[in-house]
Amino acid sequence: MDDFVQLVSLLASTVRLSIPLILCALAGLFAERAGVVDIGLEGKMLAAAFAAGTVAALSGSAWIGLIAAIIVAVVFSMIHAFACITHRGNQVVSGMALNVLAVGLTAVLAFAWFREGGQTPALSGAARFAPIVLPFADTIGQVPILGPIYARLISGHNALVYLTVAIIPIVSFVIFKTRFGLRLRAVGENPHAVDTAGISVAWLRYRALICTGVLCGVAGSYLATAMASAFQREMTAGRGFLALAALIFGKWMPVPAVLACLLFAFADALQGRLQGVALPIVGVVPVQAIQALPYLLTVLLLAGFVGKAVAPKASGIPYAKEK
Amino acid sequence: MSSRGDMPAWADYVLLPLINLLLAFVLSGLVVLAIGEDPVRAMRILVEGAIGYPEAIAFTLYYATNFIFTGLAVALAFHAGLFNIGGEGQAYVAGLGVALICLYLDFLPWPIIFVGAIALGMAFGAAWAAVPGWLQAKRGSHVVITTIMFNFIAAALMTYLLSNVMLEPGRGAPETRRFIASATLPSMQTMLGWIGIEAPRSPLNFAFFMAIAAAFLVYVYIWRTRWGYALRVVGQNEQAARYAGIDPAKTIIVAMAISGALAGLMGVNEIMGAHQRLLVAFTGGFGFVGIAVALMGRNHPLGVCLAALLFGALYQGGAELAFEMRAISREMVVVIQGLIILFCGALENMFRPWIATLFARHKAA
Repeated sequence: MDDFVQLVSLLASTVRLSIPLILCALAGLFAERAGVVDIGLEGKMLAAAFAAGTVAALSGSAWIGLIAAIIVAVVFSMIHAFACITHRGNQVVSGMALNVLAVGLTAVLAFAWFREGGQTPALSGAARFAPIVLPFADTIGQVPILGPIYARLISGHNALVYLTVAIIPIVSFVIFKTRFGLRLRAVGENPHAVDTAGISVAWLRYRALICTGVLCGVAGSYLATAMASAFQREMTAGRGFLALAALIFGKWMPVPAVLACLLFAFADALQGRLQGVALPIVGVVPVQAIQALPYLLTVLLLAGFVGKAVAPKASGIPYAKEK
Repeated sequence: MSSRGDMPAWADYVLLPLINLLLAFVLSGLVVLAIGEDPVRAMRILVEGAIGYPEAIAFTLYYATNFIFTGLAVALAFHAGLFNIGGEGQAYVAGLGVALICLYLDFLPWPIIFVGAIALGMAFGAAWAAVPGWLQAKRGSHVVITTIMFNFIAAALMTYLLSNVMLEPGRGAPETRRFIASATLPSMQTMLGWIGIEAPRSPLNFAFFMAIAAAFLVYVYIWRTRWGYALRVVGQNEQAARYAGIDPAKTIIVAMAISGALAGLMGVNEIMGAHQRLLVAFTGGFGFVGIAVALMGRNHPLGVCLAALLFGALYQGGAELAFEMRAISREMVVVIQGLIILFCGALENMFRPWIATLFARHKAA
């Protein structure tokens, strides 16, 4: 029974750790499916986390912080769009620039505005997304097996977790069942065909990158105002790249990408618990081995040793309208 | 479609980058203004702190050494049509190669340590880049993604080794013991001392001369050898290269290996020259600065050297600035770096049509 409760709490922390990855992976999905490579997810999420932390601290409301985070992330995304779509600049370079800019700008502004060594003031009360206890969690929690699952795994997360759970099917629906989604996928595979059909390639890609920005904004706000209680320097800690890896691992499909995020988050949740614990046969697994695992798996997948990941065909190529 | 031919070469190689650079600095100035400080005074402190006195110049050149290596690494790969974002990881692993010789074979005579440590460092860097190169050439895995992944794998590997295997017990941070004197690169202070010149203490060391030599050799390699020619043809048009009898796969792998070896030399400067021991996260983002340096230097070794000097000055001056102006933190330099990558890289063509029009009008008049 005790082991079971342990397992449930491991899964619960998997869910909590997976949220920023899922949001970022879906954000990247919009960009890459539309044919724009975005390695700037990390930077957008970091800038959004700073905006959320700052505005939530000033306004006292996590929700206003969330709106600010979304605005900032969309602005960053629009810079990417302006450089890559309008000026047909190098998409990798632009993404890199935004990552570097976000690291610098958030640290400089946080340092100058709050004088707390590069972080925003600690948040409490309504300035944070607090855990929501679902109805009857206490009573149902007493029931064996189902009880802990309901009380610890399903109940007790913050609003953004439930929001993310709702976003997953919506993204899947938008990408595969709507006209916008069909055109978005087409523009990532064959922009010429879309152009011939009289649809603006540039405007479609701009809209895709707005979606990317919105999702990165939610992810950033989750980091600063839900998972932690303030913005901290470089608090994204590579999650944007991990999400990119998950997106590739999920072969640019929403549900498999989400599953990859859950897998990576599970590895993350597990590593804390495995620290110094000797396992049968393999003995003590170094924390770093588990940390490196998602990246190693992604490389192997990209190399075609475990399945094959094929990117959208027009991904990374700027589109020039023929005259 | 392209208006590249509409302006003279000097406008393309000098004017346009300078305009973009200026824009990056103007925006940085606005950031300084936004946090309530005087940008003109900040600029003066920065310049003074970077080149105002001998010690400052030495530190500027020390930073520039790192950036020449990582900038050349990015630039060389660019010529082969490859974007090597993995300089950070390659330099990190190269540091391991250097440390293995300097720690465990330091009983050897110093010329052997000197050559061996540099060679093993370069070899480790080359290997860490050649694998993504091989994956790109043979398996079609995109080198941008694989080099990013390899950065994270390198970080995990090095943290493991440093905190479990190689660390010297009793130190506050995971790092090895200090190398013995004969297993380090001579500092500039020492070298100038040999010819009777007194110089201030600084991390500037022999690697600076290696960086200048590397820039020259990269120039020769890219533009004066048949391998360099093959590399450029593959970068321009892989199909054409194949018809010309060039093996693109081999060229890509070799280009990545050389690029990794160059990035590895940054590890030599840091580990064998400046720190004289292996420590966690010694690369400090210098690998990423190489991207900005290569973009600003237009992927030419001379341009890379000039851009590296500029960034060296920014890093040294930025440290001074953070010390003098309390509201500005060291990361201000990172902001400038990001803006430079944005304007000199991603938005490099923003002003091109505008300037081309100006020249066309001038010609017509």
